[in-house]
Amino acid sequence: MDAKVPHLVQYLLRLGDNALVLSQRLSELCGKGPALEEDMALTNVALDLLGQARLWFTYAGELEGRGRDEDALAYLRDAHEFHNVLLVEQPNGNYAHTLVRQFYFDTWHYFLVGALVQSSDPRIAEIAEKSLKEITYHLRRSGDLVVRLGDGTALSHEYTQAAADELWMYTGEMFNYDAVDEQMVAAGIAPPAAGLREQWLAHVGAIFAEATLAMPSPDAWMQKGGKTGRHSEHLGYLLAEMQFLQRAYPGAAW
Amino acid sequence: MSKEWPLWEVFIRSQHGLAHKHVGSLHAPDAEMAVNNARDVYTRRNEGVSIWVVRAADIVASSPFDKGALFEPANSKVYRHPTFFPMPEEVKNL
Repeated sequence: MDAKVPHLVQYLLRLGDNALVLSQRLSELCGKGPALEEDMALTNVALDLLGQARLWFTYAGELEGRGRDEDALAYLRDAHEFHNVLLVEQPNGNYAHTLVRQFYFDTWHYFLVGALVQSSDPRIAEIAEKSLKEITYHLRRSGDLVVRLGDGTALSHEYTQAAADELWMYTGEMFNYDAVDEQMVAAGIAPPAAGLREQWLAHVGAIFAEATLAMPSPDAWMQKGGKTGRHSEHLGYLLAEMQFLQRAYPGAAW
Repeated sequence: MSKEWPLWEVFIRSQHGLAHKHVGSLHAPDAEMAVNNARDVYTRRNEGVSIWVVRAADIVASSPFDKGALFEPANSKVYRHPTFFPMPEEVKNL
């Protein structure tokens, strides 16, 4: 077990970073939603994800044993130390971008965390079970809205299709397993990539069909790097804003 | 937005509540989204709640002008109020 810890910590940080960065993106929309009800829903999802990030970080910090708590992990790491997938750091764009990004992520998150409930690591299984209820709702919501926009007006269809196409290249990374992921699979901690990808493609395909959207090719070229700390230029700005206060007044209690 | 999205009235039965209670209203394009929105706006995810939404246009309210004719007669006849019966111990929440 001990030999696995660094990889396990890395894996937990990936889970936490995905949730944290997407939560930060959604928080940017507070007060800017297209309707009061949507505004509430977006911030609810942001809060859910933030709560999940805290759970993953706390566990990662404990395992790591270097005294880093959730705050240290969120506020005192720079972009190259973040392990989130590139998808979640993409800008909010228009509302179709926000929703399609959410839908791509939620679908993956739902099947991944659904499998993590069976994880051989009891603490991961516990966090997964708690998170899955929230994620189930996220997926239902984002899928429903993608159908509404895709099968809405000609203009909303056009915007949603454009968002689906533009964000597609960031979806491959979720199934691009490296040594860390493979070790988790071997230890029975995480589910294998192939099954996840199949479930993801099937669900996205079904929703896109209902939404009258054309699904981009699963064989398209995919962007990657986020999981290993190589990010798009967007993450640095996001972190500069998020971490400003803690960097300006390090060690302050709040 | 409110011109396109009709108004819905929201009724919620809380975890230990016996009846649905009117909690407010919201705008939504259809019933399904009204339920989703009601859940986000009014329940903050409490488990075990039940939500009813109904289009405000479907609710018929009594007119304030009829108040006297509708309700006064009941107030003046105490024998209509079941206040003279002792309540059995076993009956809760009435």
